[in-house]
Amino acid sequence: MNDPLHPRVTRRELLKLSPLLLLGGFAVPAWQERLLNAGVAWSDGASAALFRGGHRAPVFRDADVVPFERFPYNGYDVLEPAIDFDGWALSVGGAVKRAGRYSLDQIRALPKITQNTRHICVEGWDAIGRFGGASLRDFLDLVGADPRARFITVTCADDYYESLDMETARQPQSLLCYEMYDRPLDRGHGAPLRLQLPTKLGYKQAKYLLTMNVTDVLPGKKSYWGDQGYSWYGGL
Amino acid sequence: MTPTHTPARPVYEHPWAVRLCHWTNAVAVTVLTLSGLKIFNAFPSFGSKIPERDLIEAVPQAITIGGWLGGALQWHFTFMWVFAAGGVVYVISQIVSGHYLTVVFTKRDIAGVWPMARHYFLFGPKPPATGQYNPLQKLAYSTAIGLGALLLLTGIVMYKPTQMSTLGLVVGGYHGARLVHFLSMCGLLAFVPGHLVMVALHGWDNFASMLTGWKRHPEYAPGQETR
Repeated sequence: MNDPLHPRVTRRELLKLSPLLLLGGFAVPAWQERLLNAGVAWSDGASAALFRGGHRAPVFRDADVVPFERFPYNGYDVLEPAIDFDGWALSVGGAVKRAGRYSLDQIRALPKITQNTRHICVEGWDAIGRFGGASLRDFLDLVGADPRARFITVTCADDYYESLDMETARQPQSLLCYEMYDRPLDRGHGAPLRLQLPTKLGYKQAKYLLTMNVTDVLPGKKSYWGDQGYSWYGGL
Repeated sequence: MTPTHTPARPVYEHPWAVRLCHWTNAVAVTVLTLSGLKIFNAFPSFGSKIPERDLIEAVPQAITIGGWLGGALQWHFTFMWVFAAGGVVYVISQIVSGHYLTVVFTKRDIAGVWPMARHYFLFGPKPPATGQYNPLQKLAYSTAIGLGALLLLTGIVMYKPTQMSTLGLVVGGYHGARLVHFLSMCGLLAFVPGHLVMVALHGWDNFASMLTGWKRHPEYAPGQETR
């Protein structure tokens, strides 16, 4: 009987573990960043594939909403950037039929949606809040956004910027939010207008909106935190 | 003629899939734990944000990877796929090959746990070897595999609390998933030191079997792996 522990056998068995060497690539400094970026891009792709536009994020009873004072303020820089509230309008451009400036009154004239949803921060905390605003989908229809366009991008009064896949933008709970707890949005939470997206992490829900662009191509600066290493997709 | 004593012959103890998944998951669990601690550091609490009651001032940088929250998330979101793939391939291959019978802890193993624990921890007499794994090993491995499955499940719920909201109901939603994920990690970490000490105590032949599959001097007779 052949010796099952002949060196030729054990060598062959060891070689069968060679796929492990692929993981060793992560230890090579020159490859590490590219491999990790590929990992995050793969995760983002899987997240987008998993996304169902008709699936609603959980909504909650009024009793489950945290008191307004306990809903955290979170900003990357200043909570009250300089904004000309009297002259404010959302500038809309790109692949839309009716580009131009849209006042808060025009946005308020769209059917209002009020929803109690969970706001989840990438840091791990969350808070259930009450939000009111216009459906982003209704607004995209109002401005005549190209239904085949892939993304919307926004810029903000605090130099923040974000972009969003069109599937999420058209999800029925995605809001152009101008109210919290049935009162006009306060400055720290993004007055006069912010994105409120129950299917995205907090950093995707840009505040202090100034411009919106409908596009097929993401700009170089596509997401304030995404550009620094967070997932661009940021979906929940 | 029935031999009363069979000299132990080398056995092919660990199939290829088991060995490969063991080592990929050893790497994945290490990376996921160290990056997970950095992620936990961003909000080291299971309560509300306001007021925030942290469980720890700060997780020491030395036991984390990624450098900052974004970097740690990149490691976590990459190696979660390695962990998931390793776990799924392992479970499927174990079931298809029938090899799971060597490792799954069942009712008849219960009686053997205490004698084995007494032998290891209280220097009691060594119970005779039965199958490939003794009852204490089966309990430890089955628990570790269960914790791994729980980590994967709660990880999915935390990663996709809206798309996976129905699955989330099983583990108490986003908060429940976060807590169970953390506790399962603690449980898996509790398993590791004991595992490493046992590997060190049992010498090279035992360790090498997880590399080549072959064990030269098994304590059990060939064909008795699943006893």
